[in-house]
Amino acid sequence: MSETYIARSSAIAARMLAGEMMVMNSMDSTFFTLNEVATAIWQAADGRTPLREIVRNRVCEQFDVDPEQAQTDAQEFVAELSTHGILLVSDHPLASEAP
Amino acid sequence: MTIAAGKYTCVVEIGGIPVSLSTDSASFRDLLCQRYSGFLSSSRAECELDFQLTEQGTISDDDVRVRREGRQWWIERGDFRAHWDPDSGRGWVKQTPNPYSLDSVLRILHSLILAARGGFLLHAASAVCDGRAYLFSGVSGAGKTTMTRLAPSGISLLTDEISYVRPGAGGYWAYGTPFAGELAKSGENCTAPVSALFFLEKGPENRTDEISSAEAVRGLMRNILFFADDRGLVEKLLATACDFVAGVPIRRLTFYPDPRVWDTIRSFAGEPAHV
Repeated sequence: MSETYIARSSAIAARMLAGEMMVMNSMDSTFFTLNEVATAIWQAADGRTPLREIVRNRVCEQFDVDPEQAQTDAQEFVAELSTHGILLVSDHPLASEAP
Repeated sequence: MTIAAGKYTCVVEIGGIPVSLSTDSASFRDLLCQRYSGFLSSSRAECELDFQLTEQGTISDDDVRVRREGRQWWIERGDFRAHWDPDSGRGWVKQTPNPYSLDSVLRILHSLILAARGGFLLHAASAVCDGRAYLFSGVSGAGKTTMTRLAPSGISLLTDEISYVRPGAGGYWAYGTPFAGELAKSGENCTAPVSALFFLEKGPENRTDEISSAEAVRGLMRNILFFADDRGLVEKLLATACDFVAGVPIRRLTFYPDPRVWDTIRSFAGEPAHV
């Protein structure tokens, strides 16, 4: 089974406010608010850790979620953010663009 | 206004930032003085813009292009081309002698200066009531000009279109601007601490509703004027927006367009800060 690797785009500005992560793409001004689970995935998107491992170690261990459902939700979340250029997705490790 | 080294110069102070505008043309200098008559200043300029007038170029609604090369900013649209060096505080503008290009260049220049200083220009009407500034933000048609038209006597109108906000003693302060919308009237050149920001929505009654921090930041970022697809700038503005939302009450104001809406604004004073 091939792995999915995710990295934060360098075009992104992000800020935590009142427990929510605000994420904005400087190229097209799209704006997202991430919930706690999405924030955990976002913060772990270093380009080197497989998504499956992020879900197992950062999501399932911290939140009361079903592992299979968590993996499905994470893939949907990653797919949506990648269409907006906020996350980079690959089947091999990536160099994170974010500083 | 002065004539220095063969240049006709005047200093226009918006938001407490005096900018020297110079030109070879006496008639263009007169246009500058007329356009910004309520904002002329004798203060020492912090920034200098040299206007080089051209014959060619058409006034355009094309999207403005703002890009950074190293520390230098380049600003271009069909009707003007400008360069800005934030380190020296100097720049130049090549444009035809018309006031519309002039306004656009000044708005962009101030948006860049403000971004670096933790402030912003906002698509919002603003007014001072009982010593406090209130901002009314929204897209075209949301009611910005209507709010200013409904303002009772004794209220100072800062702008009906572009609000000027920057940090100051004890929080954020709003300043009057000469940038007018439908009202076609320059704002008053005064300032006051920001007491609240309202996102406007027309409705059958007057009421204010709390909104979440995320919704407030989203609304703010949607209405802040910024022109560059520059990550550093966006990062700075997002940080400023979050700081503003954390410190200034922000509400949705549903209003029926009659003067009683200002009673709702007045009664809002003293409510607790944003939660």
